[in-house]
Amino acid sequence: MGFLPFVFPLAELEVGQHLYWQIGNFRIHGQVFMTSWLLIGALLALVVIGTKKMERDPKGVQNLLEFLWDYIRDLARTQIGEKVYRDWMPFIGTLFLFIFVSNWGGALVPWKLIELPSGELGAPTADINTTVALALLVSLSYFYAGLSNKGLRYFEYYVHPTPIMLPFKIVEDFTKPLSLSFRLFGNILADELVVAVLVFLVPLVLPVPVMFLGLFTSAIQALIFATLAAYYIGEAVEEHH
Amino acid sequence: MPTLFLFGASEGGLFDFDATLPLMAVQVVLLTFILNALFFKPVGRVVEEREDYVNTSRAEAKKKIAEVERLETELKDQLKEARLEAQKVILEAEQDSENLYKEALALATSEANASREKARSEIDSQRDDALNQLKTEADNLGDLIIERLLAKK
Repeated sequence: MGFLPFVFPLAELEVGQHLYWQIGNFRIHGQVFMTSWLLIGALLALVVIGTKKMERDPKGVQNLLEFLWDYIRDLARTQIGEKVYRDWMPFIGTLFLFIFVSNWGGALVPWKLIELPSGELGAPTADINTTVALALLVSLSYFYAGLSNKGLRYFEYYVHPTPIMLPFKIVEDFTKPLSLSFRLFGNILADELVVAVLVFLVPLVLPVPVMFLGLFTSAIQALIFATLAAYYIGEAVEEHH
Repeated sequence: MPTLFLFGASEGGLFDFDATLPLMAVQVVLLTFILNALFFKPVGRVVEEREDYVNTSRAEAKKKIAEVERLETELKDQLKEARLEAQKVILEAEQDSENLYKEALALATSEANASREKARSEIDSQRDDALNQLKTEADNLGDLIIERLLAKK
């Protein structure tokens, strides 16, 4: 980005560059884990503070945690159904909270102030590895939910309501994780890119509304991912008559 | 911005899959268990305990309200009965006092009549007496006058 004489230090774009950590024969993206550990740490700290001294009349952080709990329970209950939502609520809630803190953490924390030898810190959900990992977990869990609840009768779902649906349902099993992961990845990466490009072009005022829009998008994406995950699980455990 | 289009590059790029993926999956599964133990279970316990508490309190309050309403209607019935009884008592007392008044009036009237009759008959007899006396005196006087007149002759 050296072609402008007054490059704003926060506005450098480094897309597709990673800080590699070598573990044995494997390489991992260090910047993703650094931010995710920081954000998970913040989330766990909030949870520990909020649940330290819980009372019947909630105060302070406990209120926030109970609001979140209630929100996640409603989400899980409406999508999965009264019968088994309790088993899946922690998973759905963890997806929601992890994606939410990742998205907002990526947007709100000025990571660019920290210099890395390669790549840059940002939302962990702006890395395709993270979103694919989450989406594959969702796939595994809806298969597991269906098989553990209905046994082999789960595969009736593929020929329901008619056997004509079979190829479409099989294709769905591939498109579900694909769409889940790319939706999240694309939205968060695009948001980061738009903000970075705008900051690079017009460093003042103009990026602010886009940043707010980014916060909105981030929250919506977390909700969409959790809702769809819950919906897929609910679809798998649903009884056909 | 040459780095923006590193899609298929062997080193780096937007779609650079490596061990980050399984490690992140393991991390999220671990986070699920940690959050379940630290967040979902304890908060759920507190929230559900409170819901139970609110529900039982509400049921109790409803029971109490029903009891109060029952007692209220009972008391109202009792009050109505008491009022009716009181009215009856008042009516009876009024009737009694009227009867007493009438009796007393009748008695007094008859007594007054009797004493008036008695007085009248007394007056009558006294007048008769007085008339008789006058008559005898007048007779006596007439006799006397005649005697005197006869004696003078």
